Amino acid sequence: MSETVIVDYDAGNLRSVQRACAEVGLAAVISADPAHLARAERIIFPGVGQAGSAMATLARTGLGEALRRRLADGVPVLGICLGLQISLSHSEEGDTPTLGLVPGETRRFQFADPTLKVPHMGWNSITVTQAHPVLADLHEDDAFYFVHSYYTAPADPQVVLATAIYEQPFCCAVGQNNYVGVQFHTEKSGRAGLALLARFAAWDGRFRPLAPAQEGSAC
Amino acid sequence: MLTKRLIACLDVRNGQLAKSVKFVDTKDIGDPVAKAREYYEDGLDELVFYDITASSDERRIMLDVVEAVAAQVFIPLSVGGGVRTVADATDLRLAGAEKINVNSAAVQRPALIDECAHALGNQNVVLSMDILRVAPTAEVPSGYEIVINGGRLRTGRDALAWALEGVQRGAGELVVNSIDADGTRDGYELTLTRLLSEAVRVPVIASGGAGTPQHLVDALTEGAADAVLVASMVHFGDYRCSELKQALADAGLPMRMRW
Repeated sequence: MSETVIVDYDAGNLRSVQRACAEVGLAAVISADPAHLARAERIIFPGVGQAGSAMATLARTGLGEALRRRLADGVPVLGICLGLQISLSHSEEGDTPTLGLVPGETRRFQFADPTLKVPHMGWNSITVTQAHPVLADLHEDDAFYFVHSYYTAPADPQVVLATAIYEQPFCCAVGQNNYVGVQFHTEKSGRAGLALLARFAAWDGRFRPLAPAQEGSAC
Repeated sequence: MLTKRLIACLDVRNGQLAKSVKFVDTKDIGDPVAKAREYYEDGLDELVFYDITASSDERRIMLDVVEAVAAQVFIPLSVGGGVRTVADATDLRLAGAEKINVNSAAVQRPALIDECAHALGNQNVVLSMDILRVAPTAEVPSGYEIVINGGRLRTGRDALAWALEGVQRGAGELVVNSIDADGTRDGYELTLTRLLSEAVRVPVIASGGAGTPQHLVDALTEGAADAVLVASMVHFGDYRCSELKQALADAGLPMRMRW
């Protein structure tokens, strides 16, 4: 039987994610058991908190390794907020080596305008830069709820699915094979967020980025 | 672009919605869960529940309200009132609150802010401040004094200094509630709101006194607030959330207009 597991690594309000999943008909269990994760058919990797303590918990519990294996098996994985950030290779938050599921860095916001508030907190619109099944059918006025002081900078620009603007455009959604991650709290983003979760629930984990346009390309 | 937020505050006493005028004379005005759902459907950006239940024996009722709301309202939910310990905050978080508001107990024991920030993350700790305008003194040089216990007790603490200390200790957001303006519907205390918003790098929510859509516009422009908190305006049916958001958008403010 197919099972969706929300990874419980002591980082944030997982029941919010579970409730939002229930609202879109996705029965998800919250689990801190790596064996449970190893059987999951779909994984949600949420998180709120600090990169360092999150990584320590993932290492201590074996959840990080279980997640890595299951991702390699091709299971669809959705990272949310800190879950996305620590999916990259390194975070500036406490200079922390992170999971490296997607090559790249998590950086702290640096603004030219000293009056800009940190964290970037509130509802912001996003621009889809790379079509992806999980981000399909978005309306340009759809807004999502963000709360974060760090943002992801993937090494490969091809994995950037969407950007948002807070003084500068920053990457707010990442897609690589069967991994997709969003910086915003899709579980707290009203109907637009629920629709995204519903699309993740229906996603088979397949994604191939469009090749960059090349002059004279045969296809 | 980051939008300004419309936040509705629901005061809850013994599981019922209440609204006070100048912090006294509370009257019950209905079921908080139904109201929360109604506002969510109508485009509200964020909800704040304030537990004004007198007796701590009845805190379980509030947790049930939070649970029920969190199961059907998918926007950020902030809860405060009577949070004295990290355990109180954790209970509310488990029930479904994203953010925890601390107020009087933090004034009496400021380390509560540090403890909550450590346990929940700075972004989830909101320092809610009830503020009274006073003649400036050496003790209260800004002319704004922190009051606690629902506005009944003056503390002799300067509001500006307390805001700075609160952020330093880990508060990720401030609610600036003017006791003078609360319930009057004469407009927010703009001077106070701007003073605090410009002093800190965390978002500031203007609270107390909103009566017309223009008051909201003023708080977000002249008051330099990041969000506006309303209560009476929407609770008694004078305005709908969508109508207020439309008015803010019409005034040129960035708002989330699709929900």
